[in-house]
Amino acid sequence: MSERRATTANPLLQLDDLSIGYRIRGGIVPAVRRVSFTLEEGDSLGLVGESGCGKSTLAYAVVNYLGRAGVRLRGRVLYEGQDLAALSGEALRSLRGREIAMVDQDPVSCLNPVLPIGEQLMEVPMIHEHATVEQARERAVAMLGEVKLPNAESVMARYPHQLSGGQQQRVVIAMALMGNPRLLVMDEPTTGLDVTIEAAILELIAELRERHRMALLFISHNLGTVMRVCNRLGVMYCGELVEEGEVREVFRNPRHPYTRGLLDCLPTFDTDKNTVTLKPIPGQVPAVPSEAPGCVFAPRCQFVEEPRCTRGEIAAERVAAAAHHRARCVRQAELPHWEPAQSIREAPVTPALSPEPLLRIDGLDKSYEAAGVHWFRKGKDGGVHALNGITVSAAKGRTLAIVGESGCGKTTLARVLTGLEEASGGTIRFGDSDLARTGVNRRTKALKRAIQMVFQHPDGTLNPSHTIGFTIARTLRRLASIPAGEMKRAVENLLQKVNLPAEFSRRLPRQLSGGQKQRVAIARALAGNPELVVADEPVSSLDVSVQAAILNLLLEIQTASETTMLFISHDLAVVRFLADHICVMYLGRVMEYGTVEEVFDPPYHPYTEALLSAAPVTDPDAKRRRIVLEGSLPDPSEPPRGCPFHTRCPRKIGPLCEDTLPPEHRLPGGHRIACHIPLPELQAMEPVLTRSRAEAGD
Amino acid sequence: MARFIVKRLLFMAATMLTVSILLFGLLEISPGSVATKVLGPYTSQEQRDLWLEAHGYFRPLHVRYLDWLGHLVQGEFGESIRFKVPVAEVLWPRLSNTAVLGGLVLVIMVPFSLALGVLAGMKEGSPLDRTISLFSIVTTSVPEFASSVILAALFVFYLGLLPGTSTMASGFSWREMVLPVLVLVLYDFGYVTRMTRASMVEVMTRPYIRTAVLKGLPHRRVIFRHALRNALIAPFTVIMLQINWLLSGVIVVEFFFAYKGFGSLLLEASLNQDLFLIEACTMVSVLVAVGTQTLADIGYVYLNPRIRFS
Amino acid sequence: MTEVISKPATRRLPLVGLLSRVLLLRESWVGMIGAALIVFWVLLAFTAPLISPYHPNATLVPYAVPGTAAPDGGTFWLGTDHIGRDILSRVIWGTRTVLVYAPLATLSAYALGIVLGLAAGYYRGWMDEVLSRFSDLVLSFPVLVLYILIIVRFGSSGLNIILAVTFASAPGVMRIVRGLVLDIRDRDYIAAAQMRGESPWYIMFVEILPNVRGPLIVDGCLRLGYVTITIGVLGFLGLGLPPPDPDWGGMINETRSMAMAFPHMALFPCLAISSLVLGLNLLADGLREVLLDA
Repeated sequence: MSERRATTANPLLQLDDLSIGYRIRGGIVPAVRRVSFTLEEGDSLGLVGESGCGKSTLAYAVVNYLGRAGVRLRGRVLYEGQDLAALSGEALRSLRGREIAMVDQDPVSCLNPVLPIGEQLMEVPMIHEHATVEQARERAVAMLGEVKLPNAESVMARYPHQLSGGQQQRVVIAMALMGNPRLLVMDEPTTGLDVTIEAAILELIAELRERHRMALLFISHNLGTVMRVCNRLGVMYCGELVEEGEVREVFRNPRHPYTRGLLDCLPTFDTDKNTVTLKPIPGQVPAVPSEAPGCVFAPRCQFVEEPRCTRGEIAAERVAAAAHHRARCVRQAELPHWEPAQSIREAPVTPALSPEPLLRIDGLDKSYEAAGVHWFRKGKDGGVHALNGITVSAAKGRTLAIVGESGCGKTTLARVLTGLEEASGGTIRFGDSDLARTGVNRRTKALKRAIQMVFQHPDGTLNPSHTIGFTIARTLRRLASIPAGEMKRAVENLLQKVNLPAEFSRRLPRQLSGGQKQRVAIARALAGNPELVVADEPVSSLDVSVQAAILNLLLEIQTASETTMLFISHDLAVVRFLADHICVMYLGRVMEYGTVEEVFDPPYHPYTEALLSAAPVTDPDAKRRRIVLEGSLPDPSEPPRGCPFHTRCPRKIGPLCEDTLPPEHRLPGGHRIACHIPLPELQAMEPVLTRSRAEAGD
Repeated sequence: MARFIVKRLLFMAATMLTVSILLFGLLEISPGSVATKVLGPYTSQEQRDLWLEAHGYFRPLHVRYLDWLGHLVQGEFGESIRFKVPVAEVLWPRLSNTAVLGGLVLVIMVPFSLALGVLAGMKEGSPLDRTISLFSIVTTSVPEFASSVILAALFVFYLGLLPGTSTMASGFSWREMVLPVLVLVLYDFGYVTRMTRASMVEVMTRPYIRTAVLKGLPHRRVIFRHALRNALIAPFTVIMLQINWLLSGVIVVEFFFAYKGFGSLLLEASLNQDLFLIEACTMVSVLVAVGTQTLADIGYVYLNPRIRFS
Repeated sequence: MTEVISKPATRRLPLVGLLSRVLLLRESWVGMIGAALIVFWVLLAFTAPLISPYHPNATLVPYAVPGTAAPDGGTFWLGTDHIGRDILSRVIWGTRTVLVYAPLATLSAYALGIVLGLAAGYYRGWMDEVLSRFSDLVLSFPVLVLYILIIVRFGSSGLNIILAVTFASAPGVMRIVRGLVLDIRDRDYIAAAQMRGESPWYIMFVEILPNVRGPLIVDGCLRLGYVTITIGVLGFLGLGLPPPDPDWGGMINETRSMAMAFPHMALFPCLAISSLVLGLNLLADGLREVLLDA
């Protein structure tokens, strides 16, 4: 293919002072503002930013696909020196798919549901290179092999819905590579995938980029993923590229206050709630970028200096120490040196351990009848075992984290605890009562009050037809005994507790941001002064800066009222920060249980080890042992025999794992690991994550 | 797939059975009124009893039902009170006349409405889309009886181009078919067009269309290979269900243009309390409706690999 | 720590919110034309005694064509029918008939359909199974055949027409409501309501119902148009309201046989009903943009 690639002096991709807006009723909203950067052959640039920062718009601008509402306001996108906007439809078409390929987020919606995979792959060379059917087929099969899909021939004949999410994304990547593109644009390609699957896909992307020497523009909201596949990092805020440079350099020496803010929000693997507090960025991203002169970040910046920061146009400045490091900040050279260690707490927040646990779950089972077709599809043996012999406990005022990927049963556990579903076996001791088979309708008012829940999706958590005040007042009326005259005061008190102004009680959910909705949801859960709060991924759909504020709020409330928390999450860094005990689940079974220190240090369960290796890390000095899991998550309705993890386990010891359920190793102190591997061998494992300043800059 | 078809056919049979029970309950439950309808209101109680005895109406209810059902299944519907001949003799010719009318309507309406719907839905909000959408709203707003009157006034009274009745008195005549077909096409095409448009609009916003465009495929291939294949699944069902609506329209149109079809027969039977003819017509029309629904369901699954292979 | 307030609280109550959404209709000219047509007919219905030139049942001059001078010095703007009744007056008075029966029948179908749909969607299980099978059964009849059967069996009267429409349309409404409820009942705010011990009744009517109103309003407009047509068809087939009070469908039925010689007799009621239905369909189209796409 190299003969059609004329070498010119022009960079492969150049964005020159690009501004893009969207036409709405009565005006244009800017989405991307004055962005410039270049991408050379073999370069890889990761663009990160919170939702609404314009990163996706930028990705689509690179393929000149802005939709009818999109308008280019100024500047140019140059591909090998030619302005994409000036190209004819035909010229643009021959560029797309062959020179520039795109991979979107949500692979299932990007594949045509009614066409077989093979046809969707083969059409690329057949259209662009007039390849014959045989040639195209040969290339497609080879490409499916390259993205490591087993049985490439049989995948060709299948339809998209017959593949798992990770496999679908591999197909989409293969499809993008079918035209041998020189520039690959990826928009959040791993969002929505499970952590171990995400890690495998990122590994694949990095490998393919090397092999095909493609330039890569990689869009993500997650700083950690960028670090795995890119050599350069761009940080976007309010449509502007505020900082750009070599990845490790930016992480080590962030010069823009916003980049620093983002890094300060992230919990890391060597800190926890007893040593540091997270530092959220004050204020929130404006819904519509302001047209005011000066720096867009000035209203939220702790280093703001009048009038320098609020006047005129702020240009990107070169950072003195590094060749390719620019920051759009007038004070970038004056800022103090940045240190990752966040503000240190004086006293630990964890209360002294009370002798008797508040919550004790023992041998909990939950299976769904084949007839009741919900939650999971029905299994062959007539039922689905969502939970199998779960045994964990939580002490008063402590946080128990449940960690696992989709289908592991963590949400079912939450629903059984809160009485939305009833268990099929086992016990849940909570104070004097057994909750396992007591649905919410049969719980006393005191019990309903004692256990409340915070949900995952801010958009579904509040009834869109009811005002905030109505929702909270109704909950207070049901769960707390408050005289009608004092209701207004009580609602305002609760709002104040979650740092929302009293005025919010008259608002409807759609007038709130995601973080604000989640605060209301927390206020609602607090209405009856609960003893146990079940939080099901409460921060996973929030931007990092909002996530930090919500985590702080949860901690604050927990410390103030000694609330016990069951915290469900897939994010190990968050769990490391917040939890006291951790329970790692896989396909409805407990794989490992112990204190944070016990779980995050060897001996590991092989699954925990893989999860730790998969977790995105932003620390440029962190060393990680790479463990890539093969294959997909099994269908939870038909879990494998023996150890449920044996199909993907890199440490599988033999047929024993396939046939027999592993015993639990019980270590002193309560640490439990369910694995066939002998304990001494597990204890001999190396830590997955280590930190070494000395090897920095590899 | 085969299991699904068998399931749907069984379901169809169950529906027909339930309908027959309902119908029996509605019309045959009291022998007295059956006799009155068959023999006329001016007969003596003795005469009626004799007739009822002779036709087995004094047997237990379930025996009568099973007997009635048995005859129904064999196509023995009894004798028409109005036409004084076995019901089957009037029913089948009328049914075939209506099949000709309905077939013509579908042959014209389906390609026409699919083409318009796809054209409109390809680019939402374009002038072409707005024109087609508005046109189809207007035509679906004029009920069949109104468009019959309006078109008859125009083509028959003012322009004198077409005959005002479609009795086919002197054999089949294309000229007499024009107005009935036109009325039905006008009323029905709008709905199919709008559904096709909605489906097409929806498909065009899907990420896989964006993917196809960004793969550098020519516009024609994006539309024909990627969009249409998805966008035409929903209209297929709509068209099959439209046959159910067509049966209603046929009654109005045949009545207005005096076309000797199934619809006017059903109406005539109803207005004259022609008991056995009503029963036969109802069962036949429900059979057609349920049959097309079953076909629609099976076709939907066949066209949709997401369901076919799961 | 506190997130800054970005938008002013303009909408206070859900009802005001809904109203302000509906008022966005002024941006859709299609919807505005529809609303104007409906307002026109509603005004006619209210002011019928004031503006109709003659009594709708008064027999004056038979077979007068439109524009004929009336004996009392007035004009038969739309002509008269075969027994000499003024068509303009009958069209105006007929508005009252259709605007009473169609909305009443539609409302009653909605009341039943909503209750059944909420129950089927919220409880699922056998309740859903029974209700869905029943609605499948009703919907498997060609709709006009069903009406004819009911009217023939029970006789034609205003009440029977309302009952027939309710019986035949409620299953359709139920299906729509059920589908919407199935989607909403798994939202977290429903779980939150269950966790604070709300009754199923409260959850169905206070937590779920307000969130399905958008699609229901749009569907209601379309269905009202269809019910208007149905009542017209029944009148046209001679199964409608008993004469002599004016009813558009009935007027067409009575003068149908003369349509080839005196088309005006049937033409004007046809145009009346078509324009009313057109208004409803256009309004539904406008509301769809405003209530569902936003």
